[in-house]
Amino acid sequence: MEIRKTEWTDQRTEELVGQLLRAGVTSAAVLVVAGAAVFLVRHGFQPANYRVFAGEPTDLRSWRGILHEALHARGRGIMQLGLLVLLLTPVARVVFAAFAFAMERDWLYVAVSTFVFLVLLYSMAGSGL
Amino acid sequence: MNNLEFTALVGAGSFGAGFLGALTGLGGGVVLVPLLTLLFHVDIRYAVGASLISVIATSSGAAAAYVREGFSNIRIGMFLEIATTLGALFGAFLAVIVTTKAIGLIFGGTLLYSAYLSTRPHKDVYTDEPQDPLATKLRMNGEYPSLTGMREYHVHRVPLGFGLMFGAGALSGLLGIGSGAVKVLAMDQAMKIPFKVSTTTSNFMIGVTAAASAGVYLSRGYIDPGMSMPVMLGVLAGSLLGARLLAKTETKKLRFVFATVIAVLGIEMLYQAATGKI
Repeated sequence: MEIRKTEWTDQRTEELVGQLLRAGVTSAAVLVVAGAAVFLVRHGFQPANYRVFAGEPTDLRSWRGILHEALHARGRGIMQLGLLVLLLTPVARVVFAAFAFAMERDWLYVAVSTFVFLVLLYSMAGSGL
Repeated sequence: MNNLEFTALVGAGSFGAGFLGALTGLGGGVVLVPLLTLLFHVDIRYAVGASLISVIATSSGAAAAYVREGFSNIRIGMFLEIATTLGALFGAFLAVIVTTKAIGLIFGGTLLYSAYLSTRPHKDVYTDEPQDPLATKLRMNGEYPSLTGMREYHVHRVPLGFGLMFGAGALSGLLGIGSGAVKVLAMDQAMKIPFKVSTTTSNFMIGVTAAASAGVYLSRGYIDPGMSMPVMLGVLAGSLLGARLLAKTETKKLRFVFATVIAVLGIEMLYQAATGKI
C-alpha cells in the first residue's frame, strides 16, 4: 500500500522540518533585533520617511552587499541579513522535502520539488541578488 | 515622526495584526498593507515588501505547531507550489509595471472578496468520492487522523486547482498577501480536500510562495530593513501569543469582527486609491 511508503515525508520528517524552521526563524529574529538596536541607537531620532519610494541602495539588494554591510556593523545591513535568513527558511523546507522524497525513491516528487527550488533560486538571482 | 516612534507604532500595529490573524486563522497579513499605507502613509511597494516578510515569518514560525497534528500533505502542497511560485514571479514582475493606484484598487477589491469568502461555510468531510485518476497517478491521495481513526481522502480536479493556485500566487506577488484564503478555497471547494488538510497544507505553501515574490522584491530594492523590522518582529510576537491563546477563545465572533474590519479596510483602500492618495 502506498501510504506506508510515505513515512519519510510525513509525520517524522515534518516534525524535524518544523524544528529546523523554528531555529531559522529564531536566528533571523536575533539578527533583526541586533540590527534594530544598532540602527535605533544611531538613527532613532531621525525622521522616518517611507512615503516616497526611492528604492534601496544596491548594498542592501545583493548577497555580497548585505554581508558587507552586516560585517561592517551597519544596523540596516544586519537587519537585512536577518530578513534574508528568514527568506531562506521556506527554501530550506523545499530542499528538505526534496531529500525526503529521494529517500523514498519518489523521483517524480524529487523532480517537482527541485523545480520549485529552481524557481525560488531564480527569484533571488533573477535581478542580481 | 522619527524612527523610534515609527518602530514602536508599526510594531504595535503589526503585533495586533499577527495576534488577530493567529486567533482567527484568517491571516493578519492582509491587514498589514492597508495599515501601513492608509495610516502610516508608507509607499505601497515598501508595504507589500514588508508584508511578504511577515507572511514568511508566520508561515515558518507556525510550522512546528501545525505539523504535530499530522494533517499536511506535502505532495499536494509541493505539486501545487509549481503553480503558486510561477504565479508569484508573475505577480512580482507585474508589480513593477503596474501603477500603485492599480495595486491599491486590486487590493481593495481583494479585501472585500476575502471578507465575503470568510463568511462562507466549508465542508469538513467528503465521503464516498470516487478516485480521480490524475490525482491518484500523482500520489496525492492521503489520510488524516480523525476521531474515528485514520480517514482516507481523495483529491480531485487537479488542473483546476493548479490554475487557481497560479492566480493565488500572482495575487501574493502583487499584493504581498499570503493568499491563504484563496489556497484553502481552491483545495477545499475545487479539489475537495478535507478542510483541516487544506489549511495546514496552505500554511506550508504561503511561506514558499511569499519567498518567491520576496526574492524579487529584495533584489529590486523594495524591502527596506528599517521599515520591515518592526513589522516582522511585531507579527512574530503577535502570532505566537495568538496561537497560545487559540484554544481558549471563541473564534466565531472574532472571525466576524475580523471580516468586518477587512471589509471596511477594503472600502477605504478602494476610496483612497480611486482618489489618488495611494
